[in-house]
Amino acid sequence: MEIFLQQLINGITLGSIYGLIAIGYTMVFGIIGMVNFAHGDVFMVSAFIALIAFLILTTWLGITSISLALLIVLVVAMLFTSMVNWVIERLAYRPLRGSFRLAPLISAIGMSIFLSNFVQVSQGPRNKSTPPMIQGEFVLLDSNNFAVTLSFKQLVIWGITALLLMAFWYLVAKTKLGRAQRACEQDQKMAALVGVDVDRTISMTFVIAAALSAVAGTMYLMYYGVVSFSDGFVPGVKAFTAAVLGGIGSLPGAVIGGILIGLIETMWSAYFSIDYKDVAAFSVLAITLIFLPQGLFGRPDVEKV
Amino acid sequence: MTTPLLTVRGVKTFYGRVMALKGVDMNVNDGEIVTLIGANGAGKSTLMMTICGNPRAREGTIEFAGSDITQLPTHEIARLKLAQAPEGRRIFSRMTVLENLQMGATTGAPAEFDRDLERVLTLFPRLKQRLNQRGGTLSGGEQQMLAIARALMARPRLLLLDEPSLGLAPMIVRQIFDAIKALNAEDGLTVFLVEQNAYHALKLAHRGYVMVNGLITLSGSGRELLERPEIKQAYLEGGRA
Repeated sequence: MEIFLQQLINGITLGSIYGLIAIGYTMVFGIIGMVNFAHGDVFMVSAFIALIAFLILTTWLGITSISLALLIVLVVAMLFTSMVNWVIERLAYRPLRGSFRLAPLISAIGMSIFLSNFVQVSQGPRNKSTPPMIQGEFVLLDSNNFAVTLSFKQLVIWGITALLLMAFWYLVAKTKLGRAQRACEQDQKMAALVGVDVDRTISMTFVIAAALSAVAGTMYLMYYGVVSFSDGFVPGVKAFTAAVLGGIGSLPGAVIGGILIGLIETMWSAYFSIDYKDVAAFSVLAITLIFLPQGLFGRPDVEKV
Repeated sequence: MTTPLLTVRGVKTFYGRVMALKGVDMNVNDGEIVTLIGANGAGKSTLMMTICGNPRAREGTIEFAGSDITQLPTHEIARLKLAQAPEGRRIFSRMTVLENLQMGATTGAPAEFDRDLERVLTLFPRLKQRLNQRGGTLSGGEQQMLAIARALMARPRLLLLDEPSLGLAPMIVRQIFDAIKALNAEDGLTVFLVEQNAYHALKLAHRGYVMVNGLITLSGSGRELLERPEIKQAYLEGGRA
């Protein structure tokens, strides 16, 4: 029971990170029908940007307040990662629009390889670590030899994820940009006819996707305290699994899929074998694709023509 | 003589290597209702879309309100207040009626939104009851009304309507044509209307063009065209319903 509770807490935390990355997959797929294989590496790059920003703030500028530093790191990471993804879209995907369907996909794989190699060469191949940023925990339940804890950093991850998701929901549901984004998802030709700049809207989608993955990257760095150039791949594929499980194209699906994948992974680690946790997560991808290809929240609705 | 609001000169449009428009000349003056009739596949919708820049004309020029729009991207043409209710209606089916209308107002000033919304809802009261319903759940007639209302939200100087009567019951068609007539008479809205329902269209329009195989073959006032024997034979047979 205690183990279950503890893993529930851990799983939700991990799942929040996957969910934030999964939104990027789902949004980009929704608007241009492309699986952006470089998205996991954009996440990894964002963690490095956060790391560099954190080190500059704490060692060079001598900021001692961790919460202030973290806030600045978050904003800086979101800003720079957005810029990076904007440039990627401009260079690697936009010129291929209207070309055959596999072209941007191949370009994305190339971009993924480029990003991880670039970071490997420029930052070195070894794990980079940060000093622990937030310490302390609540003890929720303490039975004879097992204490269920909720650490402050987990709480921070939950809080920031919830806040960001609300802001993101508002952006998509209520603002002009969000409406234009959804309109382009459904019918780009018509969106252009009413005066939406489709190319700009697609660019903005990449920017938003990157900003959310930068939040995930910052949280990841804070949670684990280490990051390496190869950290884009596995979390990236897991977040992709989350997007597929939730129903690719569905925003709530991406978040719920992310949390489910986080839970499956942590529960599997606790009750079966930690060595096979990635196998468990990827089995979900295969099982979903075989038995529920539209995902949990995929679009079943028939459209009137 | 003032210059027309829309001038199309020698426009040729291709789909790949197939020439769909073979040098079209036509114009629409301010305040007019002009109709374009023709058989299936004549190129009517292609002309509508070419005016909006998608596909782009390979030859010829299109001028709107004094500026050359031949090479402009579609969304910039829309910003010049040229709105279209296109073939097949193209409602944003997973957005609500209200959101569809908000999309129509993309190029408009936010301050005018409420007034414009009120205006189109008075014109099409059916939409008022459906404001929060998803576009895809509307009936065909309601979708057509929504498509026109969405175009009107842009406060267009020129409204392009592509077969607004297609697939609709005669009573709904009458409602829609009455609305077009009222908009033209009361607000001075300029309309360019593509129709297969030649009888209704020619009765409504000030002027008409006939398109055959990507070329304009006849033009004249609506009444003149209605009287032409070749039109009667080709487009009005049994069409007096």
